[in-house]
Amino acid sequence: MNKETAPPFFGLMAEFEAPEDLLSAAKRAYEAGYRKLDAYSPLPIHGLGAAIGFPKTNLGYVTFICGLLGAISGYGLQYWVHVIDYPLNIAGRPLHSGPSFIPVAFEMTILFAAFGTFLGLLIANRLPTPYHPVFNAPNFERASQDRFFLCIEAEDPQFDSAETRRFLEGLNPQEVSQVEH
Amino acid sequence: MSEAAKPSEKQYIPPPSELGSGQTSYTSITEKISSVVLTRSTPLVWFISLLVGFTLLQALLIAVAYLFYEGTGIWGLNIPIGWGFAIINFVWWIGIGHAGTLISAVLLLFRQKWRTSINRSAEAMTIFAVMCAAMFPLIHTGRPWLAAYWLLPYPNSMDIWPQFRSPLIWDVFAVSTYFSVSLVFWTLGMIPDFASFRDRAKNRITQIIFGVLAMGWRGSAIHWERYEMASLLLAGLATPLVLSVHSVVSLDFAVSIIPGWHTTIFPPYFVAGAIFAGFAMVLTLMIPVRRIYGLQDFITDRHLENMAKVMLVSGLIVGYGYFMEQFMAWYSASVFEGYMMQNRMHGPYGSYYWALILCNILVPQLLWIKSCRTSTIWLFVVSMFINVGMWLERFIIVVTSLHRDFMPSSWDMYHPTIWDWATYIGTIGLFLFLFVLFIRGLPLIAIHEIRTLLPIGGKKS
Amino acid sequence: MDEKITRKSLQVKDIRTRLSQNGGRAYWRSLDELANTDEFQEMVQREFPDQASEMKDPVSRRNFLKLMGASLAFGGLTGCTIQPPEKIVPFVRAPENLIPGKPLYFASAMSLGGVATGILVESHMGRPTHIEGNPEHPASQGGVNALIQASILDLYDPDRAQVVKNAGMISTWDAFTQALGKNLTTQQFKKGKGLRILTETLTSPTLGHQLKTLLEKFPAARWHQYEPANRDNVRAGSILAFGEAANTYYDFSKADVILSLDADFTFSGAGNTRYARDFAARRRVAEATESMNRLYAVESTPSATGSIADHRLALNSGELEALTLALAEKLGVALKSNPESTPYNDHSGWLDPLVRDLKKHSGSSLVIAGDYQPPAIHALVHAINQNLGNVGKTVHYTEPLEVESVDQNQSLTELVHDMRAGQVDMLIIVGGNPIFNAPMDLDFASALRKVEFRAHMGLYENETSELCHWHLPESHYLETWGDARAYDGTVSIVQPLIQPLYGTKSPYDLLGTLIGQGGKPVLDILRAYWLDQNLALDFEKFWQQSLHDGLLSQSALPRKDLRVDSTLQVSPELGKNLEEEELELILRPDATIWDGRYVNNGWLQETPNPITKLTWDNAALISPDTAERLGLKNEQVVKLDYAGQTLSVPVWLVPGQASDVVALHLGYGQNHSGRVGNGTGFNAYALRNSSAQWGGAGLKLNATFDYHSLASTQDHHSMEGRHLVRHGDLEQFAKHPTFAQEEGHNFPEDLTLYSGFEYNGNAWGMTIDLNACIGCNACSVACQSENNIPIVGKDEVLNGREMSWIRIDRYYTDLDEPEIFHQPVPCQQCENAPCELVCPVTATSHSAEGLNDMVYNRCVGTRYCSNNCPYKVRRFNFLQYADRDSESLKLQNNPDVTVRYRGVMEKCTYCVQRINSARIESKKSGEPIRDGQIKTACEQACPTEAIAFGDINDSKGRVGRLKASPLNYEILNELNTRPRTSYLARIKNPNPEIVES
Repeated sequence: MNKETAPPFFGLMAEFEAPEDLLSAAKRAYEAGYRKLDAYSPLPIHGLGAAIGFPKTNLGYVTFICGLLGAISGYGLQYWVHVIDYPLNIAGRPLHSGPSFIPVAFEMTILFAAFGTFLGLLIANRLPTPYHPVFNAPNFERASQDRFFLCIEAEDPQFDSAETRRFLEGLNPQEVSQVEH
Repeated sequence: MSEAAKPSEKQYIPPPSELGSGQTSYTSITEKISSVVLTRSTPLVWFISLLVGFTLLQALLIAVAYLFYEGTGIWGLNIPIGWGFAIINFVWWIGIGHAGTLISAVLLLFRQKWRTSINRSAEAMTIFAVMCAAMFPLIHTGRPWLAAYWLLPYPNSMDIWPQFRSPLIWDVFAVSTYFSVSLVFWTLGMIPDFASFRDRAKNRITQIIFGVLAMGWRGSAIHWERYEMASLLLAGLATPLVLSVHSVVSLDFAVSIIPGWHTTIFPPYFVAGAIFAGFAMVLTLMIPVRRIYGLQDFITDRHLENMAKVMLVSGLIVGYGYFMEQFMAWYSASVFEGYMMQNRMHGPYGSYYWALILCNILVPQLLWIKSCRTSTIWLFVVSMFINVGMWLERFIIVVTSLHRDFMPSSWDMYHPTIWDWATYIGTIGLFLFLFVLFIRGLPLIAIHEIRTLLPIGGKKS
Repeated sequence: MDEKITRKSLQVKDIRTRLSQNGGRAYWRSLDELANTDEFQEMVQREFPDQASEMKDPVSRRNFLKLMGASLAFGGLTGCTIQPPEKIVPFVRAPENLIPGKPLYFASAMSLGGVATGILVESHMGRPTHIEGNPEHPASQGGVNALIQASILDLYDPDRAQVVKNAGMISTWDAFTQALGKNLTTQQFKKGKGLRILTETLTSPTLGHQLKTLLEKFPAARWHQYEPANRDNVRAGSILAFGEAANTYYDFSKADVILSLDADFTFSGAGNTRYARDFAARRRVAEATESMNRLYAVESTPSATGSIADHRLALNSGELEALTLALAEKLGVALKSNPESTPYNDHSGWLDPLVRDLKKHSGSSLVIAGDYQPPAIHALVHAINQNLGNVGKTVHYTEPLEVESVDQNQSLTELVHDMRAGQVDMLIIVGGNPIFNAPMDLDFASALRKVEFRAHMGLYENETSELCHWHLPESHYLETWGDARAYDGTVSIVQPLIQPLYGTKSPYDLLGTLIGQGGKPVLDILRAYWLDQNLALDFEKFWQQSLHDGLLSQSALPRKDLRVDSTLQVSPELGKNLEEEELELILRPDATIWDGRYVNNGWLQETPNPITKLTWDNAALISPDTAERLGLKNEQVVKLDYAGQTLSVPVWLVPGQASDVVALHLGYGQNHSGRVGNGTGFNAYALRNSSAQWGGAGLKLNATFDYHSLASTQDHHSMEGRHLVRHGDLEQFAKHPTFAQEEGHNFPEDLTLYSGFEYNGNAWGMTIDLNACIGCNACSVACQSENNIPIVGKDEVLNGREMSWIRIDRYYTDLDEPEIFHQPVPCQQCENAPCELVCPVTATSHSAEGLNDMVYNRCVGTRYCSNNCPYKVRRFNFLQYADRDSESLKLQNNPDVTVRYRGVMEKCTYCVQRINSARIESKKSGEPIRDGQIKTACEQACPTEAIAFGDINDSKGRVGRLKASPLNYEILNELNTRPRTSYLARIKNPNPEIVES
C-alpha cells in the first residue's frame, strides 16, 4: 500500500478478555512484523512493552540529573548566602558550616528529583491528552476496567486493512473493530 | 507461544490470600471499589463523621483567628517553656503521616504485595496529617504574617536571608518537600483509577471531573512501562525522604543544648516512633472504614495482622529509645542530664511519663499474642493507646525538658489553656473532615494495583 | 447660642488676667485653655471620671492597656510642653546647647522621707527619660536605688491629679485662691488660731522658711508633720541618750566591724545609696586579698543588708533587745538595771566573740540600729558606739535635718485632738495621705470632717483629697524648683526638667500664696532665700555652680560632739520575751512601693521584693517552722488580729525569718491610687496604731480556707547542686585563691574543632561582683527605664512572663538558717551563643565587638532562641505589652531604643545604644573609647558598683583587671558558650571564733 493516501481511519483494534491473551497476541503481531502497534490494559502487564518492541525507558536518567541539580543548587544557595552574600558571625560557627548545610541540600535533591520524575513521565507519555482516536473504539471504556486491547495503527508500513484484520482475527479476540480518527 | 506465556504466568501467581474469596474478577474489583464513589448511596455514618469533622474544624478556625488577633499569649506558654502544644502537635502529626509513605514506598521497594490494598488511604492520611502538622510551625510564631515568607529562602529588603544552620529552616525544607513529594506520589498512583472512574461515570459531570483528573490515560502498554518505572523511582526517593523528615524534626531538639533534647539517639528513635504512631493511626482509620464499606475482601485480617507486627517491632525500637535516654542520663554523669531524668520520672509531670510507658511500651506487648493481632477490637484499642502514648511522648520531650533546665531560678510550670486544646482538637477535626471527603470522592483503594493481584485468567463474574 | 456668647465674654476677661499674671513665656494651644474655662477643664478631664468605674478591677495587663488608651487627651496637653522658662544649667558632660538626638544631663535631687539624694536626669529634647546618680553628690556618688530610678515614671503617670477640684468638681487655682483668701482674712483676726498646716517630713530650708514666715504672720497657727515611715524612734532615741534631737550619720568607709541591729542601711532609709557604696568598697577583695570589713546582722525579717552579712541572726524583737542589752552591759554601758527583762539566751554562741571583735576594732567598728527599733535601742547603740570610741570616726552627729524636728506621731495626735475639739477652722494638707495611713486608733477621717476648710495638695487624688473641700494637684519634683537636705545635711537643689505637664503647682507656690507671695516664681523664692543666707560673695557665680553641681558646696551640717553622760533608763518592757506560742507582728515600709506612695508606679509594682521575689502584692511573711507549727501553706489567707484590728492576708514562707514573727509591709491595699495600684496587696495600715507604729507582740492569727495567688518571679530557691553562685570565705580565698574557678566543670579550650572568631577591636564584657551585690534591684529598674521595658501585670507575672532584662536570682542554702545569695543575670553575651544558632531568620547574630545582637524588626518569634538559652535571659512579648496608646507614657520612652511589638523576642544588649553613641563620638574625635567611658544603665545605677562593663581586650581597664582576678568565673561554661558576662565569687569574712563554735 502507498504512503501518499493516508488511510481514513486510525487503525484496527482487537479486544481480549485476559491479559495473557493480549500478551501472546502482542508478541505474535510483533513477530508478524507489525511495528506501529500498541496494547491497552487496565493493569500493567509485565513484558507487554517488550512484546511490542518498546525499548527500556530511560526515566532514571532524568531523575538522576534533576537530583544532582537539586543537590548543587541546595548546597550552593546556602554557601552563597552565608559565605559570599552576607557573611555573619552566627554562634561562633564558621561561615561555611558544612554539616549544617546538608539537610537542606538533601531535601532539595529529593524535591528536584521527584518533580523531575513526575514531569518527565507526563511529558514522555504526552499527558494530558484530552483526545485520542483509540477512545473511539467500541467498548474501549473497558480498557480501564476489565478488557485488554491490541491496536495496529494504519500508519504501519505493513498495514493493510483486509490483511491486518484477518491477522488479528487469527488471534481469537473477542472482537476486531476499526478505530476511526 | 506457551513457552513465551509461561514465564509471564509465574509473575501472575499471587501470594496466598491477598484478597478475600469474594473478589475473583477485574470487573468485580472495579465494580466494588468504584461504587463507593460512583453509585453506592452514602451511608449515614459518613454524614455523621463529616459533621463531626466540620464542627471541630470550626474550633480550629476560631482558635487560630483569635490567636492572630491577640497573640501567642493566649496559649499557656511562658519563659522557660517557649514551646508547648503547637510543637507537640506538629511532631505528633508528622509522625502519623509517616506510615503512609512507609507503606506506599518502602513496602513497594520490598515488593510487599499486601500493601496494595491500604497504600492509597495510607498516603491520603499522610497528606492530611502533614497538612495539619505544617500549620503549627507557622501559627506558633509570634508574627506569623512575617514568618510566612521570612522562613522561605528569599531575602528581605535588607538582604537578610534565612539562617540555614537553624533546624527550623531544615524543617521548612523537609516538611514542604515531604508534602509535595507525597502529593505527587499520591496523584501519580491515582491516574489509572481516575481513568476507570471516568469510564464508569454515570453522569456527565463526574465523567468530566475524572476525565480531567485522568489526563487522558488510556492504559497504553508504553505508558504502563514508564508508569511503573516512575512509581519505582518515586518510591526510591520517598524512602530516604521519609527517614530524613522525622530525623530533621528530631534535630529541632537534638541540635539544641537543653538536657532531654540534646541527644544523638533522637533521629532513629523519632523515625521508629513515627512508624509506630503512623501504623497505629492507619489501623484506627482502616478498621472502621473497611467495616462501614464492607471492604474486608480488600483490607483483610492478614493486612491488619501485618500492620500489628510492624507496630510491635517499631514499638520495641521506641522502647529501646526510652531505655537509652535513661542509660545516657546516668552514663553521662552530668548533673543536668541526671536531674532531667529524675524530674521526668518523679517531677511534677511524672504521672505523664508513666502513662507514656503504659501506652507505648506495656500495652503494645499484647501484640505478641496472635489472637490480639487478629481481633479488630483489640487492635483498635491498642492502636488508640498508641495514638495517645505517642502524643504523651512528645509532651514529655517538649515540656518536661524545658520547664526545668539549667537555671533553677527560672524554672516554671506549663498550663495549657482552652485555646491550646481548641487548636489541637481543631486539627483532628480538619484531618477527619478531609479524610471523610477523600473516602467519598476519590478511589480509596488502588484499583489497578489490586487487579494485579488477581490469579491469572480471572473471568467476568 | 447664648452659651457661646457667655464663653466669648469669659475669654476676653480671663485672658487679660492670665497674661498679666504669668510673666515669662507662656504657651497655650487655644484661648479656651488660656481662659481655663470650666468647659475646657471638663473637656480635658472627661476621660477620667468615665473610666473610674472600670478601674476597680485588678490590672490584668490587657485591661490595663485598654484603659491606658483613655488618656489620649493628656497627650494633647503634654505635646507641646518644653523646658521651663527659667534658665537651668546642664551638667558638664553634656553640651550647652540642645542638639536633637543628644541627651542633656541636669543635676537635681529626689527626696524620700524628706531626705534628698542627688541625681542626674537624662533629658531628650526637653523630656526627662532616665535618672542616674549624681557623682558629685555625697548621698549618691553616682549610685541610685530603685525608688529613685522609678520616680520618673510618676511624672508621666496618666492617673496623676491634674486639676484643682472643689468638692469633686473641676475648679481652678483662682477659685481656690479666692476661697483661701476669704478664710485667711477671718484667720487674720484670730491670729491664725484655727489655721493648721500638715506636711510630711520637711528638710527644705526654703519651704521651712516660708512656713516660719507663715507662723510669724499667724502666731497662733500650728504646723504639724506626719508621714507613716517616720523616724520618731530615732529621734526619741537621741533625746533619750543626749537630751536633744540629733541626726546621726555613719562613715562605713572607716568601719571594719559592723553590727546591724535590724538596720537595712544599704537598702533603705537616709543615705542608703552612699552607705551601700562605702560598705561594698570595703568588701572588694577581687583584685587582691586586702582587709575586708565584717558585718554582723541581727534582724527579724530578712533584708537586703542581712542577706550579705557575714553573720546573720534571725531574732524576734524581744530577743534582739535582750541581745542589745547584754551587749551594752558587756561593753560597759551604764544602765539602770531592769530585772524584768529576760537575760539574753545566746544559743548561737556569738555574743562573746562579737564583743571581742567589736572591742578589738574600737574606733573602727560601727553599731547601727534600725529606724524602727524602739528608742531605748537607739539610746543603747549611741552609748555602745561611744564606749567603742566610734563617735567622730565612724559615727557622726549633727543638728536634725528637719527644719523642725518633731515627734510626728505625737504631732499628728495633737492635730487630731484639736480637730475633734473643733479648734481647727482650716487645715491645709501638703502631700501625704493621712486618711489612708494615719494610725487607725486616731480615726483621722472623723476628726477631719469637723474642719470647715480643708485643702489637700498631692500628686494623686486619694482618700484624703476625697474628704477635703479642695484638692490641689501637686507638681512632680521634676517639674518644680526646690531644695532639700541630704543625709549629712548637704543642701541639694531640685531643678525642674520640664514645665508642669498639667495645671499643677508646687508646695512652694502654695505656701507662697499663703504668705502673700502669690504668683511669685519658685525660682525667685528659692534664690531670694539663699541670697539672704549670704553664703558667698559672688552669689551669681555661687548659684550657677550650685545648680551645676546640684548642691550647695560645704552646706553639710556641722558635726556636733554629743555624749551620753547619764546612765540610761530603759523601760522594763525592753527585752521581754514572747510567751509560748505567742506571735509578734512587725510592720515595715515596703521594699518597692515604700509607704504606699509608689503604689501606682508600674515599675516598682513589678519589681520583685529583693528577698521574697513577690510582685504586685504584699503578704504576711512567716518562717517555715512557724508555718509548720501553725499548719499554714504558702498563699493561704489568714486573719490577723492585732490590738483589736483585723486584716485578712495571704501568708508567704520566708526562710531566714525569725520564728513566731509575722512581717507585713505597708502601703498596699489602696483603692484610690489609680489604674496600676488599685486593689493590689493588703492594707497593713489597718493593723497600725499610734501606740505601736511598728507592731509588737500579741498578734493573733487565724487560718482560713481561702487562698490568694501571689505572683513571685522565682519559684525554685535551691541551686540543685549547680555551681551558679560560687562562694567561700576570706581564709579559703587567701589559702587557695582560685577555688571558685575550679568549682564545676570547665570547658577545655582545645576541645573544639572550630577556630572561632577573632575580636581584635573593642570586645565588650561585664563582670558582676557577687560580693558587692545586695539584690536591691536598682539595676533592673534602671534597665527598665533605659530600655523601654514594658510591665506585664500580675496575671502575666503569674504566667511566668515578666520582662526584666536583668533579673536578680536569689538562692537559699537551707530552710531554717539559710545563707541568702543574690545573682544578677543579664544576657551573658555568649561568644558561641546557642540562641543565634537556632534562629531561623537571622534575627540574632554576633557583632564584631562580641555582642549578641538582637534585631527586633527581623524577629518572627519562634521562641527557639529562648528555649535554647541556658541562662533563660531572653524575654518574649507574648502579648502587646508595650503601651502604644498612653501619650503621657510615651514621653518617658528612650528614643534610642526600639519599643518592641507583640510577638518579638527581646533581651539585654549591654545598652548597645550607649556603646554606639560612644563609638560615634570616638570616631568624630579620633580618640579610642576610654575605659569607663561607656556605662551600662545597670552599672551606672548600681549603688555598690558591683557591675563593671568595659573592653576585655584592655587588660589595664577595670573589666580587664577584674576578669584577671582569681575570683572571676563564668556560669555554665562547661557548655562552651563562652559568656562575656562573668561573675566574681562571693567572699565572706566570718569571725573564726564563731565558725569554730
